[in-house]
Amino acid sequence: MTETETKTETETQLPGLPHQRAIDTEMAAYEPDGTAHPRRDYAPYRSTLLRHPRQPLLAVKDDPDAVELTGPVFGPTDVTDLDADLTRQHQGEPLGERITVTGRILDREGRPVRDQLVEIWQANASGRYAHQRDQHPAPLDPNFTGVGRCLTDAEGGYRFTTVKPGAYPWRNHVNAWRPAHIHFSLFGSAFTQRLVTQMYFPGDPLFPYDPILQSVTDARARERLVAAYEHGLSKPEFALGYRWDVVLDGPAATWTEGEGEQS
Amino acid sequence: MITPSQTVGPFYGYALPFARGGEIAPAGDPRTITLHGVVRDGAGAPIPDALLEFWQAAPDGSLGGAPGSMRRDPVDGAVIGRDGVEFTGFGRVPTDADGHYAVRTLPPPGGAPYVSVAVFARGLTHHLYTRAYLPGCAEDVLLASLPEERRGTLVAREERERVYRFDIRLQGDEGEETVFLEFR
Repeated sequence: MTETETKTETETQLPGLPHQRAIDTEMAAYEPDGTAHPRRDYAPYRSTLLRHPRQPLLAVKDDPDAVELTGPVFGPTDVTDLDADLTRQHQGEPLGERITVTGRILDREGRPVRDQLVEIWQANASGRYAHQRDQHPAPLDPNFTGVGRCLTDAEGGYRFTTVKPGAYPWRNHVNAWRPAHIHFSLFGSAFTQRLVTQMYFPGDPLFPYDPILQSVTDARARERLVAAYEHGLSKPEFALGYRWDVVLDGPAATWTEGEGEQS
Repeated sequence: MITPSQTVGPFYGYALPFARGGEIAPAGDPRTITLHGVVRDGAGAPIPDALLEFWQAAPDGSLGGAPGSMRRDPVDGAVIGRDGVEFTGFGRVPTDADGHYAVRTLPPPGGAPYVSVAVFARGLTHHLYTRAYLPGCAEDVLLASLPEERRGTLVAREERERVYRFDIRLQGDEGEETVFLEFR
């Protein structure tokens, strides 16, 4: 990674923040810990410092009556048909590269998660969120909010039409940029299977610099956060197609001993 | 090959919270209780950008839930909220600028005397689970398995009739940090 040590205008505006090189060195010091989920104590992502538990988590293993083995349900009243098309929520069309994102939601035994809620949110094509707190000087798009939701079908499938989000800067360190991503919120058949995560786009050069993606220390697990471009999903004269499947962790009420060991 | 978690980040506010997300109890139900508190970080500072989700059994013990937590108006897509009849068992609220949250719900049944809570926040790479027990559940197996000073972090304190305080501390010393759960 090459990076000049010249003090930029931005750097003088952000006193006290580490340089990318220091973050890179910190990230390189972490070894994969054998789990697919990110470390909660991942110092290169500075906001984790005071927001991760220090005490061990209490394992709940043998309680078939645990409320968390069941979970909330949603139905057709919780979504409208337009919610899955983020390009049709305003008077005009949003700017940007139109895409469709589709895939399946499965539990860790490979069973489709049916009739469950999938929620997404994202920045616009310029890398700006429709959120007061985002003061990145990139334009808002009056024709794009960046929120979508849908229910999975009988095969666990979901589909969204949207625009490809832009990368954007953040103040974890000097010259910190988030790779383009779409936030996903997913429910399984049990509250234990709840997942909030981010989907990335293939070939993004920002991956190695981003401590949020790198908080997943296992390289193969990180790859599972990256969608695949699939030419057959692209719609002629309309949109590029991406596929991203999701596998939820966690036991459910039907879970029995010995089933579903994590591979 | 499970999909890893990633932080909810700071910008979920226009996407995940929904109108009356903390009004889990059907409107006007006389059994309604209020559960509220402050979410704090390792320095004891309130966390103004946490998102909490709640899931619990209905008072009759059923765990089936019901759809309709975020019912929408088919005319303009706006959230019109629960229908005031069904108990969906699910709630979602962001903390406010003071790190405070409040939900109004029905008391969980004796057989499962707790509200399950999932905590999401910027800086939290993977959400955390905890439970808010109402007072008087000393015989609960999970509570009984904990040393006394840690057990207290899972038990809501009755402030006045039908109002319970349940603070969440993401990081702290042994008697300070909330007990978080891991389901395997």
